[in-house]
Amino acid sequence: MPQQRRDPAVLEAWQDPDARPFLEIQNVTKVFDAHTYAVDDVSLRIYKGEFFSLLGASGCGKSTLLRMLAGLERCTQGRILIEGQDITRMPPYERPVNMMFQSYALFPHMTVEQNVAFGLKQERLSGREIRSRVAEMLELVHMTEYARRRPDQLSGGQRQRVALARSLAKQPKLLLLDEPLGALDRKLRERTQFELVNIQERVGTTFIMVTHDQEEAMTMSSRLAVMDVGRILQVGTPSEIYEYPASRFIAGFIGAVNLFEGRVVSCEEELLVIQSDDAPGEIVMYHANPLAVGTPVTVALRPEKLRVLDTPPRDDRNWVQGTVREIGYLGDVSIYHVGTRQNRTVQVQVTNRARRTAGPLTWDDSVYLGWDNDAGVVLTA
Amino acid sequence: MNAGPAPPETAGASSLRRRFDRGVKSLTQGRLGRAAVIALPYAWLLLFLLLPILIVLKISFAEIALASPPYTPMLQWAEERTLALQVHLGNYAYLWQDPLYLGAYLNSLKVAAVSTILCLLIGYPMAYGIARAPAGWRIVLLMLVILPFWTSFLIRVYAWIGLLQGNGLINHLLLSIGLIDQPLVLLHSNFAVYLGIVYSYLPFMILPLYATLVRMDLTLLEAAADLGCPPWKAFLTVTLPLSMPGVIAGSLLVFIPAVGEFVIPDLLGGPDSLMIGKVLWTEFFSNRDWPVAAAVAIAMLAVILIPLLLFQRIGERETTGDRR
Repeated sequence: MPQQRRDPAVLEAWQDPDARPFLEIQNVTKVFDAHTYAVDDVSLRIYKGEFFSLLGASGCGKSTLLRMLAGLERCTQGRILIEGQDITRMPPYERPVNMMFQSYALFPHMTVEQNVAFGLKQERLSGREIRSRVAEMLELVHMTEYARRRPDQLSGGQRQRVALARSLAKQPKLLLLDEPLGALDRKLRERTQFELVNIQERVGTTFIMVTHDQEEAMTMSSRLAVMDVGRILQVGTPSEIYEYPASRFIAGFIGAVNLFEGRVVSCEEELLVIQSDDAPGEIVMYHANPLAVGTPVTVALRPEKLRVLDTPPRDDRNWVQGTVREIGYLGDVSIYHVGTRQNRTVQVQVTNRARRTAGPLTWDDSVYLGWDNDAGVVLTA
Repeated sequence: MNAGPAPPETAGASSLRRRFDRGVKSLTQGRLGRAAVIALPYAWLLLFLLLPILIVLKISFAEIALASPPYTPMLQWAEERTLALQVHLGNYAYLWQDPLYLGAYLNSLKVAAVSTILCLLIGYPMAYGIARAPAGWRIVLLMLVILPFWTSFLIRVYAWIGLLQGNGLINHLLLSIGLIDQPLVLLHSNFAVYLGIVYSYLPFMILPLYATLVRMDLTLLEAAADLGCPPWKAFLTVTLPLSMPGVIAGSLLVFIPAVGEFVIPDLLGGPDSLMIGKVLWTEFFSNRDWPVAAAVAIAMLAVILIPLLLFQRIGERETTGDRR
């Protein structure tokens, strides 16, 4: 996976309270038809050189937010600042921002070369300068030999690269990408993920990408924001969002998760003891903030954090019992769906190295599943 | 078509059915069927377009004669049982020598060209406005463009006489406001001819323009704006080039019939607005000189067709040529 190697100063920019954000979105709201809140009071701070993703299902407002950054949509309320300059009312053709469109929006009557040169021509650069910049951009996306073709003579992947070259040609301060890999097939998409991250590292431009694909957001972004019905639910690094989801919605949206509903029965230091109808014994989990006895909570456990046991644990904590109902063999790992005595389905992921030594599990095998008290998170929302 | 197991039918009926299906299939998908489908319209064009043109071409090579039909035959038995072929080029020479015809041709081309440009200038903003109107409005606005077709073309041209003449509606209005103190000469002028042609042919410009503009992907304009191109420039560099097929189609639909237009210059035009359609009519009906009339018609066809074919050839080279 193309995890980014970053300069630590950049990595920590959002943790440093004194760092000046590159892009500030302040309480931005977009209302369509007087009462449809496409984007509802969104505030974000994005730092220079970040690869930031807006993640959400279709219709969550992520594309509208991106279009407001490009100036293609007006903000109903709120402000957008780039390096302290208010660009809220600036028309799109004056913004130091470029966008790569989901449909690529290549000009069909122009060659690849002319498409890439289009933005540069608006700046009244000299012909020689334009030519050298176009050549450089086509080199960057490996499209030099296709310079004289027209968009309809290119494959989807080639068009995607031309669109990227065109949007980068003006060396924008901020590049917006609307589902940049959405139209590519799976294999090409995975390869392009690496390429896009490499290009971003090389040109150093701040990228904001909109995607509905959580895997894509996780693998490519330095940070991401999860959106739903026009609001931002959580902002964080991919691992923060995966390991510490703020709510049940996010836990379920990103990756697979097992949820156990229950109530707090006691709270000892940082250890919560939870009684759940979904587990035979007590559930004991770490939780940073103490919770009152009786608080309804959800314990979220990722499938790879569960272990297959031969016997129930001696302390009668953190376990369930069930039978194997479904097996998903994914090559490197296998996913088992275990139907528990409590009539719940729990997913457990086992790497296939362990599978050989532990002896293969098969359908209708009775298993015990256990987990450590720091394996998951306790959610109250 | 039916790949699954055959339904329980009697053997005779199913084989009949299969034979019938195969017959239909061969008619619609086979080489014979395809040929028949293409041949029918071609036969129609051959019979009712090409053949009449050839007859007119033949007549243009004849001489006027007091006979019925009023021209000399092309093939004639000469004395010694030989078939004499008479090809008389005098009519074409006559067209070339008499300045009346050349003047009429040039005037027709000028009137048609100016009318086409006027239609384009008026029609483009209208088509653009309709194509960018809310979807629910488009059909209403298009209906308004097509609505005049529901009245006879002749009646609409006559209506303009009523509007334009010395004591007509327009002069009456201007006089009563006090803007003029003498009626303007509007009718029987070149102005009236342009007005009539632009009025009559405007829908033929708007419809193909609308069709290309409404199909245009509007994200292209967003992309242009995003790349730093202000709206007016985006129109010139993106919208206009992409609507060229509509501009060409609309211009041809206006230009070609306007060159040969007869009714409008006859009813609205003055003595100096001589167009070739009117000359043709006079030659045919007043002078009863069929050969010269035929020569006028053939020359007109050539005047329109030759530039058109050249134009198309250039267009083809542009789109498919050395760019590959």
